[in-house]
Amino acid sequence: MKYLYYPGCSLEGTSVEYNISTKVLMEAVDAQLEEIEDWNCCGATAAESSSHLLSYVLPARNLALAEKMNDSKQILVPCSACYLNLKKTEVAIKKDKNFLGKINTVLAEEDLVLKGDIIVRHLLDVLSNDIDIEIIKENSQNKMSGLTIAPYYGCQCLRPFSVFDDPEDPHSMDGLIKATGADLLEWDMGAQCCGASNTTTKPEAGMELVGRILKAAQGADAILTVCPMCQMNLESSQKKISHKQGIELDIPVLFLPQFLGLAMGKIPKDVGLDLNLSNTGPLMKKAI
Amino acid sequence: MDKIRNEQLLEQIEPVKEMIQTCIQCGTCTASCPNNEFMDITPRHMWRLLLTDHAEALFASKSFTMCSSCYYCTLRCPRGLELTAAMSLLKQAASRLKLKKFQRSSLFYDAFLDSVQKHGRVKEMEFMTHYFVSLKNPVIPFGYASLGLKLLSKGKIRPEFGFGGKGKLTGLFKKVAELEGMK
Repeated sequence: MKYLYYPGCSLEGTSVEYNISTKVLMEAVDAQLEEIEDWNCCGATAAESSSHLLSYVLPARNLALAEKMNDSKQILVPCSACYLNLKKTEVAIKKDKNFLGKINTVLAEEDLVLKGDIIVRHLLDVLSNDIDIEIIKENSQNKMSGLTIAPYYGCQCLRPFSVFDDPEDPHSMDGLIKATGADLLEWDMGAQCCGASNTTTKPEAGMELVGRILKAAQGADAILTVCPMCQMNLESSQKKISHKQGIELDIPVLFLPQFLGLAMGKIPKDVGLDLNLSNTGPLMKKAI
Repeated sequence: MDKIRNEQLLEQIEPVKEMIQTCIQCGTCTASCPNNEFMDITPRHMWRLLLTDHAEALFASKSFTMCSSCYYCTLRCPRGLELTAAMSLLKQAASRLKLKKFQRSSLFYDAFLDSVQKHGRVKEMEFMTHYFVSLKNPVIPFGYASLGLKLLSKGKIRPEFGFGGKGKLTGLFKKVAELEGMK
């Protein structure tokens, strides 16, 4: 299996461990990644809050660069916000050829042409649908048995485009987690919002949403995420929120490929576990 | 409010009004919104104000800036309206009109996009520094200091600053501004 790879800005900075662990895991399951050359920021939520056209042009430049590269036609994206921006552009240009024309007028500034025959896929979509789960089972030998895991999906890999999972009641992580021998936490917060950038611009609202998720996850040994924004929000303010609410809400938070990599025998450093902000010590102790 | 009259505001948000023409005021959006308790007027109420041309009342509230793009309202709207996109269009209008009360969000987005225009990618430390400087408030940055130090110590953010010159994506940004100015 071969995919074009779009890491996105967070995976070069605050979520570099998501990048490291995605690459390690994909190699372990026999998938090849080829990074899109000279990729640019997808615009995040900033572009769509300032300009409609720009919020499509920024992702479109990446799609055009990808089309030039090879014939695999599938872009793998680990970040949910990047995934949504690239996906919404894919959907829009396939539906509306006039709009594609307008985007190409802008891309002509860089001598790029977008044809629009490319498919954008989230890492979780690829892991739960393309990858042979037996490879994970065989390599992990139930290494994670005895652990209870809270799968957290967040919003933008599920909505508004319901491509690979139920947007209200997602379960695509279940099989992957069970393949490691771990149990699932029964909870209904997996598809709830973490507050996104409100944690920065309106902390009183953002932190409240994060607090609810952390509280519901009590009883689990770890939360798994598939989005840098969710990961940052759930990890970075545990102490502050615990203090404010007067209860201990500390819990290890890992990116899904970090957890799967560890299960398959990678050492913590291989999956960037030293870079997490939450205390992953208790989880590792119990897992080994 | 900022001496901008209702008609001028309405002109800016005409496309949003068109988008939500078939709203039946059922309130599913409000019930689905994770941020509704932090809003002074609910999403359903906002659509009503918009449909009845009460733009000033709409912009007198900061409700639409609370939208965290979770897409529950869009998913569940029985009329199939793209309500999250409508919220974004309202944010765009507030930023375009340079309304003072929305300044903090607008400055955040401006600082972010400035970094993208310059480097093609976001340099997190540069953009947050730019944001703090543009806020002209020496107290706000302290709220982020402990996280900033944690990220620095993990090597996840690096102090790098660009100086002037033509940015990597300036051509694209200029062309977009030109096309959007024409409509």
